[in-house]
Order: sequence, then C-alpha cells, then structure tokens
Amino acid sequence: MLILGGGTAGTMMANKLASALDERDWRITVVDGTEEHYYQPGFLFVPFGTYGIRDIVKPRRKYLPGRIKFILSGIEHIEAEKKTVKLSGGEMLSYDCLIIATGADIHPEQIEGMLDEEWGRSKFDFYTPTGADRLGQFLKGWQGGKLVVSIAEMPIKCPVAPLEFLFLADAYFTERGMRNKVDLQLVTPLSGAFTKPVANRVLGEFMERKGISVTPDFGIARVDNQEKKLVAWDETEVSYDLLVSIPTNMGDSCIARSEMGNELNFVPTNKKTLEADGLEDVFVLGDASNLPSSKAGSVAHFQSEILLKNILEHIEGRPACANYDGHANCFIESGFGKGLLIDFNYETEPLRGKFPLPGIGPFKLLGESRVNHYGKLMFRWAYWNLLLRGVELPIKAEMSMAGKVRG
Amino acid sequence: METMTIAGKALQLDADGNLANHNDWNEEVARELGVQEGIPELTTQHWAVINFMRSVFEKEGDAPSIRRLTKESGVDTKTLYQLFPKGPAKRAARIAGLPKPKGCI
Repeated sequence: MLILGGGTAGTMMANKLASALDERDWRITVVDGTEEHYYQPGFLFVPFGTYGIRDIVKPRRKYLPGRIKFILSGIEHIEAEKKTVKLSGGEMLSYDCLIIATGADIHPEQIEGMLDEEWGRSKFDFYTPTGADRLGQFLKGWQGGKLVVSIAEMPIKCPVAPLEFLFLADAYFTERGMRNKVDLQLVTPLSGAFTKPVANRVLGEFMERKGISVTPDFGIARVDNQEKKLVAWDETEVSYDLLVSIPTNMGDSCIARSEMGNELNFVPTNKKTLEADGLEDVFVLGDASNLPSSKAGSVAHFQSEILLKNILEHIEGRPACANYDGHANCFIESGFGKGLLIDFNYETEPLRGKFPLPGIGPFKLLGESRVNHYGKLMFRWAYWNLLLRGVELPIKAEMSMAGKVRG
Repeated sequence: METMTIAGKALQLDADGNLANHNDWNEEVARELGVQEGIPELTTQHWAVINFMRSVFEKEGDAPSIRRLTKESGVDTKTLYQLFPKGPAKRAARIAGLPKPKGCI
C-alpha cells in the first residue's frame, strides 16, 4: 500500500489503513518531500498574530506511527502501467495499491509580474508558512491604505479563506483603531463573493455590512509593479497599496511528469468511487484530484471514509461500492470572535439552519455565532488528536439534511 | 425548474440559467443565447471556442476551464476575453448550451 503525500489526506488514510489491513499481508508506506506537517487552516490566523508558525507545525513522522513506513523523498514520477513509483533519488518503489494524496500548492509564477522583488514586501500570500509569517510581520507596522485580496483563478484550497481573511482584517484594523485608514477589497474571477446562490447572498451581505467592496468577474492578466495595480485581460485595472494574492493552485509537479493530470496537474478521478480515471489500482484522495468538491481538509476526511470502504472491497476483488457525495463542512471566521458554519455537497448548496452535533452543537448554519468561532479554534486540537489519527468523528461522510432550511 | 423561450421553443434552464439539457441546443439557440450575453453576432472565432467546448463536454462531461481553452482551443486568453467579455469559460459554456464549468467552484 503506497501513499504519495503525508499531508492531511495521506496521513489520515495511512492511519485508517493501518487499523484495517492485516499486518501479515500488507506493508504501508508514505512518501513525502518534507518533514514538517503544517496545520493549514491555521495559516489564516498567522498574519493577525493569533497563531505563530510554531503553533501550527508538527513532525510528519509523529502522526505516522508503528507499522507505517515513512520515506522522506521527492517523487520523480508514477509509472501506473508498471505499478511503480520513481523517487527523486532514482529509487523505484513498487505497489499493489497506490493512493495519490500529493495535494495542491500555490503558483505565483503563473501570473505575469507577481514574482519580483516586491513579492514579500508589498505583495504577499498566506497559503505558505513563509508567506503568512512575512505578511504578519508587515501588518504590525502598516500605516494603512488600500488592501486588495486577489483570487487568480479557481479552484483554490479552502474557497472561503479569502473572505475569512477580509473579515479578520476588518476586525484586526478595527481593534487597532485604524479601520478608517484601511480600504478593504476583494478582486475575484467569480461573479460574486461565493459561487453558490444562498451562501453568496449571505456572505455578500456580510461583506457589505463590514464595508468590504467586491470587484467580480476580474480575470487577472498581470501585475503592474511600477503603478501598483492589477490589470485584467480586458485592461480594467485595480490599484493597491498592499496586495494579498491567492495565486493559481496546482497539483504536484510529479503528476505532470507522470502525464496523469489535467491543465492544473490535478488527477482526473471518479467523483463517486475516488478511483483514478482509466488507471488500475490507483486511487486519489484530497486536493490532488480534479473533483468538483472543495479543496479542504473536511472533504479529505469525508472522502477517506468512502475510500477505506472501496479499497477494502478492491482488495477482495469486488467493485467499489461506496459513493462520495461531495460533502464539505467548514467553519468561516467572520471576525470579532464569531464565525459561520457551512455544510454542503455536490447537489445541495450551503443552506441556513442548525447543524446538530452530539455533545457540542448545535452549530448555526450560514449564520454568525460565538459557538461557531470556538468550533473553529477547537478544531486545531481535533485535527492533531483525532482527525489525522483516523479516529472516527461524530460527523457522517454523507451529508445530512437534518436541521436545514431550504431557500 | 425555470423555462425560457429560446429560438421559438420553451427550454428548461438550470439554477445558473444555463440550458438544463444540452441536447436542446442548436446553432439558432446559440445565436439567441449570444445576444442575451451581449454578443450580437457570433464570429468564426466564437464558433471555434463554442465547438471546442461542446466536444470536450461530450467526451468528459464537463466544460473546459479558461486555462484549458487557452492551451487547446487555439485562441489565446486575451482574445477569449475579447470574444466573451468578463468570464469567457462561463459565458461560452452558456452559449454552447452546457452547464457552468465545474472548475468555477
């Protein structure tokens, strides 16, 4: 059992398989290019000083215990026909079953003019440890001006993170007594704050109430560093003093070298069974796939339960029978110690209502509450101690309509 | 489900206002959808993009993203934005009678 990637998806899956597969029959190996496992939902809080980088990183190996073998190495390519994987150093690994969990990363170099000497000075990202940390240092001394959050193209990891960043920025500058010196703006290729109609309406109202403007339908072509402005393909422009960029997200380069990906290096995957399209004994989990579900940890978690069932069937020579429904569930920080919760799948958009959770909930869906905010902060503990270890959580993989209101 | 009279026929639309059934589509429907999208006349280049989108959809069940259009349709990004202002993939998909590309999520 070979798992490429030791992030949220790969680690969770390795632990689930370690409990489910007989040790006499199966060896489980995880390959990853770095030692550090970052709690990625935490990146959002680093620019505002809530967390430091040290608060959100742990060694990967700690979460891959016992029988799971960890190999620290980059991946050169996958040869699905020979059922082997070549590592960066040239070593070949063979497999009976392969799980691709190589994730997604930001690629600022995909936007003309983004990566120059101003990157890290007036232009930042918060999707990497370095980016989030540098932005935090910069914000401490910033005197105000026009802060633009720019989404380059979809899909991106955690599609609500840009909105959360703006909500938290609104609270941060208010608390520092300088909100009147800061202009907050979202520039997006989408037609609104969010794509799904009900959530778009609710989140759009939030933006308006907080005085955050939105420039929709903006296809960024380049950054003009002299004039400090974004230029769209149709030559419309947005100027900035401080640019927070959500660059193009792409799958791992080993997917391109294996000639297995789409135009963004995401692996075409069966949206229900999670089998890689047209490949034998290969499954895809989490951000690495091309599925039309959100790229988020909750999605990887729900998928991992489906994938475990399907792999166990596959090993017995039976066809995959568990179906993933696109379920995603995420807390949205709205600032000032409050948050929202959204829960949705392929077919059902995020709706209002209550989300029942035994012992802790109910959480309010698509509405602001303090409990939702604590839910998000509490989640960091649950991530390291329950989620990664493959412990069952009290939320089902299939989305439920319980407590939800249509319209 | 909403319906709209396009090219003389009552056609069903999905939640995004795109055709619910891509088999309802024909060139006359495309021309009328084009007018609705603010494109009074579809040129040869428009048709090249529309036909490319339909061929990808027929093979893969999803309309291509802007990035893929740039890479494979033979029309560069700048021109795509001139042909289908604001959101080329979204707009071209609607005119091509297809659902909004899933990549837009």
